[in-house]
Amino acid sequence: MPRIDGPIAFRGGGFAPSDRTWAAVATLVGVVALWQAGASAGVIPTLFLPAPVSIARALWALTVSGELWKNLSVSLMRLAVGWIVGTVFGIGLGLAVGLWSVLRSPGMALVSALFPIPKIALVPLFIIWFGIGEGSKLVTLAFGVFFPTVIATAGGVDNVPRGLIRMGQSFGLSHTAIIRKIVLPAALPAILSGFRVTSSIAIVLLVAAEMIGAERGIGAFVLSAGNLYDTDNLLAGIVVLSVLGLLVSWVIGRLERALLGWR
Amino acid sequence: MTDGLRLTVDGVGHRYGGLQVLHGISLTAEPGEVMVLVGPSGCGKSTLLGIMGGMLAPSEGAVRCAGDVPPDCLNALTYVFQDFSLLPWRTVAGNVALVLEDRLSRTACAARVAEVLALTGLTDFATAWPRQLSGGMRQRVGIARALAVRPACLLLDEPLSALDAQTRDLLLEEFASLITAAGTTTVYVTHNLAEAVRLGHQIVVLSRRPGQVRDVVRVDRPLAERRAADPDLMALEQRLWRMIRDDAAVAERERIDASD
Repeated sequence: MPRIDGPIAFRGGGFAPSDRTWAAVATLVGVVALWQAGASAGVIPTLFLPAPVSIARALWALTVSGELWKNLSVSLMRLAVGWIVGTVFGIGLGLAVGLWSVLRSPGMALVSALFPIPKIALVPLFIIWFGIGEGSKLVTLAFGVFFPTVIATAGGVDNVPRGLIRMGQSFGLSHTAIIRKIVLPAALPAILSGFRVTSSIAIVLLVAAEMIGAERGIGAFVLSAGNLYDTDNLLAGIVVLSVLGLLVSWVIGRLERALLGWR
Repeated sequence: MTDGLRLTVDGVGHRYGGLQVLHGISLTAEPGEVMVLVGPSGCGKSTLLGIMGGMLAPSEGAVRCAGDVPPDCLNALTYVFQDFSLLPWRTVAGNVALVLEDRLSRTACAARVAEVLALTGLTDFATAWPRQLSGGMRQRVGIARALAVRPACLLLDEPLSALDAQTRDLLLEEFASLITAAGTTTVYVTHNLAEAVRLGHQIVVLSRRPGQVRDVVRVDRPLAERRAADPDLMALEQRLWRMIRDDAAVAERERIDASD
């Protein structure tokens, strides 16, 4: 007869990852330090990949000369307007699709048909329709933001617990009050998750649209630097885009914390 | 006759697609009385309550309500839900205020919220989030929200079934006091016969699906005089169980067969 005799070994650990901020910072610092060391030692050809110190110098020069702000301010304006327009219309249609049967099938059919089209491929068409000026760039951004927002919002509305809506109905709340006080707040986590996706899409489309037809903007600046083999400025522009992405993500994180604190 | 609302169920039947769940139900909930609906699982108790509260349209028959409603009543037929149905993004006070906000001035709303929170012992939890509360406390919020609209009729759908036994016993006593004090017509769905004999003035026993009225048992003793260990009530509980037992066993077998 088999016997067991001894202390019981702990076997319930793991599968509970937690954030380590220091590890994230150390990784970034480590990568940059290695990169700098490689460039200084001549292992990395600086003509193709400039050293971090050279990129920092170029960034400083661009800031001091005002060139950075000239380009960045235009990009920020395009990003804000395009994203807001796409988001407002996307939330509107997403709610309509999520709430009304009449709009559900037609709306989702259109979204499903148009969402997979790479929006960058539409930029030339938008330039024909709206001209080479701001219109085509803003429409590209808004169009790119619109569809994921519709899908996120409609999904959020679909997942609102039906019991909460029934509760509102049983207390005689109006249709508008149910949407405003129950459906929208319940769908908000999904809508805000959608913001994370759409803000990244908006930055990608911003750069693409600015590269195809713009005199100013970070995308145009990066393209121009690339054409001149000015890799210091090219990577300085890319660093700005990376920081912009981080900044947008931070703003959305703050928004989530402010609006979803109840979680 | 006491002032209040009379709820008359007249020949109500209901089917979900091809499945008949209720058939030929006729009942009357008298003003100020507590009607308890009991029966085996799947007999259509909650469906009947949904029909009585206007949340489901019956396939056959009709439900009528007639009588006096409180002068400041904001929602005559008011539900208390088994799963509490609280909005997690609103505090306790916010959940109660939800049903008052567009109907009362800001001051009147705040006063009524404070009043019902005091009545249900929730004043100290006004700013708490639902996730911070125990099941029993959450159901108190559900009760406070229901009382805030000054209902003429309370419809309670297994309000204690999600709670542990100790909390259930404590809340049951509070329910009895609150219902007696409010004097509203009440329809209470439960599968727990101890709750039924503790609260019901008339206990409606439904048969297994399709649910039909098997018996209506009247309990004339006032709610305030009923005690958990009362031999008469325990005997009545046994009598109800004997009525339901065979149907409950068959219903259980049908559920197992359906899930195979």
